Amino acid sequence: MPLLSVLIFFPVLGGLSLLFLERKTETVRLVALVISLLELLFALPIFFFFDKSTHLVQFKEYHSWIDALNIHYFLGIDGISVLFVLLTALITVLCVMVSWEAIQDKAKEFYIALLVLEGAMMGVFCALDFFLFYVFWEAMLIPMFLIIGIWGGPNRIYATIKFFLYTLVGSLLMLVGIILLYLKGGHTFDVLVLAGQNFDYKLQLLVFWLFFAAFAVKVPMWPVHTWLPDAHTEAPAAGSVILAGVLIKMGAYGFLRFSLPILPEATMAMLGPMLALSVIAIVYGAFVCLGQSDLKRLIAYSSVSHMGFVTLGLFALNQQGLEGSILQMVNHGLVTGALFLAIGIIYERTHTREISAYGGLATTMPVFASFFMLFTLAAIGLPGTCGFIGEWLILLGAFQARPLVAVLAATGLILGAWYMLWLYQRVFFMEVGEKVKKLPPLCVREILTLTPMVLLILWIGIYPDVFLDFLRASVSHLIAQVQNTGVAEVGLHAPVSFP
Amino acid sequence: MNTRLLVPNSAAFDWSTAIPAMPELVLLTIGVVLVALDLFVPTQRRLLPWLTVLGVSVTLLLNLGMSFPLRPDSMLANDGYAAFFSTLCLGCVILTALMREMYAEQVNSHQGEFYYLLIFAAVGMMIMAAAVDLMTIYLGLELMALPIYVLVGMQKQETRTSEAAAKYFLTGVFASALLLFGMSLLYGLTGTSNLTAIGHYIAAHGLLSNSALLVALALMLAGLCFKVAVVPFHMWTPDVYEGAPTVLTAFMSVAPKAAGFAIFGRILFSIFPELYGNWGPVLAFLAILTMAIGNIVALAQTSLKRMLAYSAIAHAGYALLGLVAGTANGMMATMSYLFIYLFMNMGAFGILILLARGQKSRESIDSCKGLAGRNPLLALCMLVFMFSLTGIPPTGGFAGKFYLFQSALAAGYTGTVIIAVLLSAVSAFFYLRIVRLMYMSPADGEVALAQPATAMVVALVISVAGTLLLGVAPGLLFDWAGVALQP
Repeated sequence: MPLLSVLIFFPVLGGLSLLFLERKTETVRLVALVISLLELLFALPIFFFFDKSTHLVQFKEYHSWIDALNIHYFLGIDGISVLFVLLTALITVLCVMVSWEAIQDKAKEFYIALLVLEGAMMGVFCALDFFLFYVFWEAMLIPMFLIIGIWGGPNRIYATIKFFLYTLVGSLLMLVGIILLYLKGGHTFDVLVLAGQNFDYKLQLLVFWLFFAAFAVKVPMWPVHTWLPDAHTEAPAAGSVILAGVLIKMGAYGFLRFSLPILPEATMAMLGPMLALSVIAIVYGAFVCLGQSDLKRLIAYSSVSHMGFVTLGLFALNQQGLEGSILQMVNHGLVTGALFLAIGIIYERTHTREISAYGGLATTMPVFASFFMLFTLAAIGLPGTCGFIGEWLILLGAFQARPLVAVLAATGLILGAWYMLWLYQRVFFMEVGEKVKKLPPLCVREILTLTPMVLLILWIGIYPDVFLDFLRASVSHLIAQVQNTGVAEVGLHAPVSFP
Repeated sequence: MNTRLLVPNSAAFDWSTAIPAMPELVLLTIGVVLVALDLFVPTQRRLLPWLTVLGVSVTLLLNLGMSFPLRPDSMLANDGYAAFFSTLCLGCVILTALMREMYAEQVNSHQGEFYYLLIFAAVGMMIMAAAVDLMTIYLGLELMALPIYVLVGMQKQETRTSEAAAKYFLTGVFASALLLFGMSLLYGLTGTSNLTAIGHYIAAHGLLSNSALLVALALMLAGLCFKVAVVPFHMWTPDVYEGAPTVLTAFMSVAPKAAGFAIFGRILFSIFPELYGNWGPVLAFLAILTMAIGNIVALAQTSLKRMLAYSAIAHAGYALLGLVAGTANGMMATMSYLFIYLFMNMGAFGILILLARGQKSRESIDSCKGLAGRNPLLALCMLVFMFSLTGIPPTGGFAGKFYLFQSALAAGYTGTVIIAVLLSAVSAFFYLRIVRLMYMSPADGEVALAQPATAMVVALVISVAGTLLLGVAPGLLFDWAGVALQP
């Protein structure tokens, strides 16, 4: 069975089938939930049958598509993408659940957009033909544009247009890069073939920066991160979760999948600037968090800081750094996704994002407070939660590459503890706020939404090898690929094991 | 010059030479029949649109089925290139005819003349597509232009259409004069009007360094740029497009332009291939200018019709990129793009017709407000067209632009393409504004729309289907364009 095609097109077709349903929120959301659960079910075989011992592409599908330009319908996953496919399937289910009550207006259109978006995101992670990848990468923009713009907060239109234009400019520049590679690399869009070509150094540099425009905006790296706080803040809860959970991972995924293997020499040459930008993002993002008075905005800036860690590990370019980086992407998807889910849950009750409007939530909603505590601790990187594993690996890798960089980045952890705990204090402790007094406790649906996140956060935190095993072979192959062609800067290290 | 055409005696005339003109003759006959029908059976006028669609469809199939080896002295060629462009133009005529009745209802001007004038213009465009001789090129061009001058000014009760007609006529005549002047220079230099013969003559007699040839090239380029509305020869476009009846604006922004590109391609690739070093960079510069002016000025428009007019200018700039490349690949890209543009642009204009309901005040972009609530399906169609015009996959607009960028990059125009993609991002801003108004603004006071007429629904369905299909499977079109360029 063409499993990956099913994963891509089942939600798209399922979403479009909603068009024929009656315009009733109850029916539509139920069907959407069933579709997203089925999709998760379809994704499970990947978790069980993925061969962890090889870096080779699995679940491959290869058909010709546009012969005139030698474009193929080429899908496949390896250690780099497998976790994201699973994450996407999981996060979408939670998004449907968190939107259950929150989305009442134009619910049908909302779930169509969400499911189509899921299909496109799956496509991004599965596509191994550059053209196909680009189609999914851009197609994703349409539903996301609508989700933020139609169901978002008061300033949603500004936010969604900013998001769209930032991403579009980056993507279009990447398109030029893709075509240049196609023309110089023997007229093929096959990513695996392109990775084997030794492109001219000057071309590599040019294309590296063209790709950088697309991926850095998506990550987002400092200084092109400014769309993120707006988009995160204004998006509906499900939109924020998707953004944090999956969408911004695609930038880092792009670096891993395309920039590193196809442009190794340029990557090696640009390590310094990339590491510097990462450290700036970590420290800057953390400091800005301290100054926020808006809940969602604070978490959005913390994303900038956390994604700084991801790119740091990525450009440390050694086994620990890369493994940590990929794992941290998953962690960040889970933790920040969970934080946005949680914020969505209280926003539905209070309709305010102002931190000062809260206070004493721990007395009125104790169960919720404990959930949020766990997510906060995971965001800080407390041992026993997934955040610790990812950040620890990244710092380990960064220390081997550039000790100074690692030391500077580590300050981000301290700042992280500061702003997150301070946030927790202001929202959950202190005097009980006026708006908080008569809030109903969590309902079963909400607890069910948050529980999978808790389980995964603890699972990765306590026994990460289950997930790291997925990556190991592909990561070491990737490092070998980059270093064989580039200047050896960092030696190859044996994989680290936990516990 | 083909001397046999001058033979006075019809018995001595070699009719086999007329065979390549069969589809044109058939369409001409249909046009004349429609004239008679309109004159003598005025009660059956409402059949005219359907008869037009039927007649044009028959011609289209006939044209696709016909293929004759090119005779060295023929003035029309039945090659794939002609078939491609004829199909494109006739397709546009069909969509226009389908949309016309609803528009006529709105503005209350049911002239039967519309249909046969449209058919006569279509004959002109078919001749342009097939022309391989300076004479037929000019003949086709004028045969196309004259009916359109009349069509633009046909809605007599509105002053702006008369203004548009006058402007279009004056600039059109001026452009024709430039082209004709260039042609006469070429004829003077080479002593023949056959494109291939001219090309051979130039190569054989080393005329490349002749400055008169350069002047001829410059004049012809200017004339052609007028016709396809390339900056700085675009001044007439916004006013004419805005003033003309909307259904005609839709037609004018696609078909005559495509026909213009057909002769553009023939002239550049048959006569001036050796002068690529001269016209390539010039066209690249003009393409950038066109995309810049079109997209940037469109940002400031508050009238949807005028915005689409500027967007039409910008898209001529994109289409020009394929010619800039100067390769067969580039020509294929231009041809494919024009075909995709047919669907997305006609669709967008169709929705404009529905929204404006024949009133100038409703042509403002504000009439899109809250369309998603008023008519979700229509809003969805418009969403597809807007994203396609922006060039976002999985729509045809993306596939077409991708091919154009690819061909221009292959020819080494990296800087040009980078500017083009950035201007594409600029265009996103005003196309998205429509999406924003449709989906994210309340419909303040706008009532529900009238149910679109059947023919209009058919036209919209064709447009949406074409836009999406060519986005998912553009290979079909690319392959066809490739076949069309095979000698």
